[in-house]
Amino acid sequence: MRPIIRAQGVGKKFRIGAAPEGYSTIRESLIKVARKPFDRVKGNSTDTNLDFWALRDISFDIYPGDVVGIVGRNGAGKSTLLKVLSRITEPTTGRVELYGRIGSLLEVGTGFHPELTGRENIYMNGSILGMRRSQIDTHFDEIVDFSGVERFLDTPLKRFSSGMQLRLAFAVAAHLDPEILVIDEVLAVGDAEFQKKCLNKMNDVSRSGRTVLFVSHNTQALIALCSKGILLRDGLSVCEGDIQTVLAEYLGNDKNAETVWERGNAGEADIYFHSVSVELRGEQPKLELVVESSLRVNRKFNDAFLAVDILDSGGSYLMQAVPRAIPFISYQAGRTLITTITRIELPPLIPGRYQISCWIGSHFTETIDWVREVAAFEVVSSPSPERTFQHTPDRGFCVPVSTVEFK
Amino acid sequence: MNVPADSNLETTMTNENQPADSGVRPSVVLPSKPLVIIEPSGKWSALKLRDIWHYRDLLYILTMRDIRVRYKQTVLGAAWAVIQPLFTMLIFSLFFGRLAGVPSDAVPYPLFAYAGLLPWTFFSNAISNSGNSLVGNSNLITKVYFPRLIIPIASVASGLLDFAIAFVLLVILMFYYGVGLSINLLMLPVLVGMTALFATGVGALLSALNVKYRDIRYALPFFVQLGLFVTPIIYPSSLVPEKWRWLLTINPLAAQIEGYRAAFFGKPFDWPALAISLGLTIVIVVYAGYSFRRMERSFADLI
Repeated sequence: MRPIIRAQGVGKKFRIGAAPEGYSTIRESLIKVARKPFDRVKGNSTDTNLDFWALRDISFDIYPGDVVGIVGRNGAGKSTLLKVLSRITEPTTGRVELYGRIGSLLEVGTGFHPELTGRENIYMNGSILGMRRSQIDTHFDEIVDFSGVERFLDTPLKRFSSGMQLRLAFAVAAHLDPEILVIDEVLAVGDAEFQKKCLNKMNDVSRSGRTVLFVSHNTQALIALCSKGILLRDGLSVCEGDIQTVLAEYLGNDKNAETVWERGNAGEADIYFHSVSVELRGEQPKLELVVESSLRVNRKFNDAFLAVDILDSGGSYLMQAVPRAIPFISYQAGRTLITTITRIELPPLIPGRYQISCWIGSHFTETIDWVREVAAFEVVSSPSPERTFQHTPDRGFCVPVSTVEFK
Repeated sequence: MNVPADSNLETTMTNENQPADSGVRPSVVLPSKPLVIIEPSGKWSALKLRDIWHYRDLLYILTMRDIRVRYKQTVLGAAWAVIQPLFTMLIFSLFFGRLAGVPSDAVPYPLFAYAGLLPWTFFSNAISNSGNSLVGNSNLITKVYFPRLIIPIASVASGLLDFAIAFVLLVILMFYYGVGLSINLLMLPVLVGMTALFATGVGALLSALNVKYRDIRYALPFFVQLGLFVTPIIYPSSLVPEKWRWLLTINPLAAQIEGYRAAFFGKPFDWPALAISLGLTIVIVVYAGYSFRRMERSFADLI
């Protein structure tokens, strides 16, 4: 059988650093043009270190009827790959051949306008996603049925609840019928019942012989829907094949993600962190974080306290662990390397990347050394295994173990 | 990037209820040539007018959206389409017609000014709206593929309704001043087409530049204001001294505005000037089209 998508050596380069906001003014461009000859003389025209390859040499074949899950950490290039495939952005290198019409769903409700009515928005959204008006006419009643908003069809969208907007958006998208469907994390929204409905609909789509590319962090959904997988890491495709194998590689790799930090120069403080490493052990909801830190001691010190802060990926403090055994450093001569191991029983954290900072001080008042955001660990699995929809940080980072019963 | 020509793909199901994982795959007949090829485009790429034609429904719907949204939650609604040229006309009639005594080619000055302001308002609104249209629709550009040229075109197209509304007032004014309609009015659709084409060219170019250089947003109102004075809108081109008259031919809009007046007031057309205007318009539109295509590929990364 011939592939329906054939990608060969696809790469996408972004420039970073020079224009971080992405847009510039004419003045800046004029200055750049004026400086260009001089740059070459000075030899700094090759600012290749400002280049960032979001995708590098990606090649794969996808066959009709395949449901392919694309997995990888944040920033691995998943969304960029989908954007290249759905022709939103052009690749820098390589070539993709599509042997079918492609429909992409990178965001639910693309092009919805709050001032337009539900009816108008169905046409708006449908045509933006590539449907012809006649096609929307044919599916109109089904779309309305699926969304369950028929009473509000002639109400401006801004009066809709967010749940209703979402249902309407998914209803339109579900009735797209391209041969290739590209979906980015759309299941990350909505309530459990709606998510289930979406999953079922996607199952139907794949059973009807259409090819689906699906990006998700949701392991359960991936296993339920996909037959094949592609694992991306730092813009490279590192694993390809059966979804179970790919997920095992992805999860296995992250579980062992031991991030090590080592100080580059000699510290000034009396006691300073020489290196810090973290390792995540155990299974949800009983995860254990093992922080190993080696300390260089320059001077005699009586006692000191160690604290480990856990931060989210953005650097907000979530919690602080202060080991019970104090004082834990007490000795005579300087210039020794001592190693401490801190074991932290983590609460059931939602999947995501977390950073740690290590602090050492005396009696919690004086800071001796403080190394911030030095190491990171990644929680991959959900603390509640039966959950099918994604956790979002805006509902908190911790999912306490809970039970419910009839009284 | 390639055009999704009308698909000749067939999906035949072996069994409606057969789950995909049971080993029986629905057989899909693939076309022998790829429908779409995605690869880095060269410096200049083709215009892909067929691609735009393929998405004509989207053009229609975006135009309707722009029209519907424009006067939502306004008290006066579509009356704004008339208010803008009407009040400008009143002010200019007072200052230029009454106080400065600007000649108006034997037509009552208010009527003369309104006949110029009508297409000018259309043009200036069209380039302002389309100039800002891509940036205003960044959510679409980063999330879904379609020929980007549709966005500025829709902005221009949605202005045609305002033009039509304002045109009704012109007819009323003509009756008021006792100026009859003439056969020349048949040229009106051609003129509107030319102005719309010119506005599309300028608007598309500005909108693409605006993605990268946000200076455009600030420069645009200024140049629109300037345009009002370098185009014979509130004065007849006969006011310009003979030896400088050629300068007006550089401005494609000048001949068009005079053309509108000729059409409204039954005067002879200046055919050579209109021909030059059309030539320039086509040159600008073609240049804008190719430049737009060249800049288009980086829109999603820059916006």
